[in-house]
Amino acid sequence: MENPFGKITALEDVLKLFFNGMTLMFGGFGGVGTPPTLIDAILEKGVEKLTLIGNDTGFPHIGIGKLVSQERAIKVIASHIGSNPIAGKLMHEGKLEVEFSPQGILAERIRAGGVGLPAILSDIGMDNELVSKNKPHFFLNGKDYLIETALTAEVSIVYAKKADPYGNLIYDKSARNTNPLVAMAGDITIAEVEEIVPLGSLNPDEIITPGVFVDHIIPSKGVNWKWAWE
Amino acid sequence: MGLGVDFRNTIARRAAEEITNGMVVNLGIGIPSLVPNHLPKDMMVMFHAENGITGMGPSPEKGMEDENLCNAGGFPVTLNQGGSYCDSAISFGMIRRGRVDITILGSLQVSQQGDLANWIVPGKKVPGMGGAMELAQKARKVIVLMNHCDKAGKPKILTSCTLPLTSTACVDMIITELAVFKVTPEGLILTELFPPYDLQEVINKTECAFTTCDVVRKISY
Repeated sequence: MENPFGKITALEDVLKLFFNGMTLMFGGFGGVGTPPTLIDAILEKGVEKLTLIGNDTGFPHIGIGKLVSQERAIKVIASHIGSNPIAGKLMHEGKLEVEFSPQGILAERIRAGGVGLPAILSDIGMDNELVSKNKPHFFLNGKDYLIETALTAEVSIVYAKKADPYGNLIYDKSARNTNPLVAMAGDITIAEVEEIVPLGSLNPDEIITPGVFVDHIIPSKGVNWKWAWE
Repeated sequence: MGLGVDFRNTIARRAAEEITNGMVVNLGIGIPSLVPNHLPKDMMVMFHAENGITGMGPSPEKGMEDENLCNAGGFPVTLNQGGSYCDSAISFGMIRRGRVDITILGSLQVSQQGDLANWIVPGKKVPGMGGAMELAQKARKVIVLMNHCDKAGKPKILTSCTLPLTSTACVDMIITELAVFKVTPEGLILTELFPPYDLQEVINKTECAFTTCDVVRKISY
């Protein structure tokens, strides 16, 4: 494959971008749409003290759950950890800080970060202490809102079905989920893809993430975990 | 249907009566997932899943699963004609913008004001709210399907919830294996009974007071 933008990158080269104590944002929902090859590579490199930002903590052996289960994270910002009991256990033991954000507001905070906005106004969970605690309020047109801060990360990792050499991405069905938002919110964004296709072969009208947001493309080795339903 | 034989399907069947053609409906896990089985075959309903599916269809046959086509619980589903995929931000935009007509969910407790407590058991289970807060607060109609009492036999319909709330004053209707309640600003109104249960039994198993409508429908499917 021609590589005129230099974005198609060897796995060992993107691995240089991961370091201890970094903030890492990941696409996926219950492991669906989380990049398996990158997760395994991060595990093997031994990166730790991560702050992870994403929809949920996967399952113990699925998706981002692998990093959480092996205690590589010190903090998680997510909407849900229920499908990964190890995350709950680590939280109760004080080994993992968890910031819960309502799912759609989390998505919108990531989107805001990805489109260069500092925060959003939200009326979700205002009556809930866990959500509203320590957040500034803003009155607009006589209504009270919470200021929800935008989220960005030093590196974002996403999973897509196809990329061209510029990093234009299309996703596969419900594996899209948070990926297009996460792709925009990384200082550096790495897309792991099932297939790299020649420039010009994706229908421009059907591209979901413009390649302008993608810095590196790596080919996926495919999902290597067993799904809960299998 | 007889006592305890298949009350889950009885509850689901009653909930299905609330759905009309063309609606956008979000279903929670558990009893709510049985609701589609009780809809007329020719009814066009767009089932919405938080992970970005509108027009979700039934589970695929064994061997036909697609790992990249799953519901919000992570289980394989299919897509009906007219269905579409979107990202999580747009999926929740549909909810907050009031485009989801009904959400049908389970709960641990519901209060007489329609407060919903379905996300935390302190010291036991702290899974996070997922999308429950947005659905409870912003879906046009919130229907709770649940057992009338918990496993210890304690009422789940209460004067005020003892568990942390997911959202306040958001539930519109409660369906249990005993009865159907409408939630109003003045409190609960019992509108329907599932025989053989009678009013006295519902009173005994409900912690809060409630009124009854003029003509209580007795449902036997």
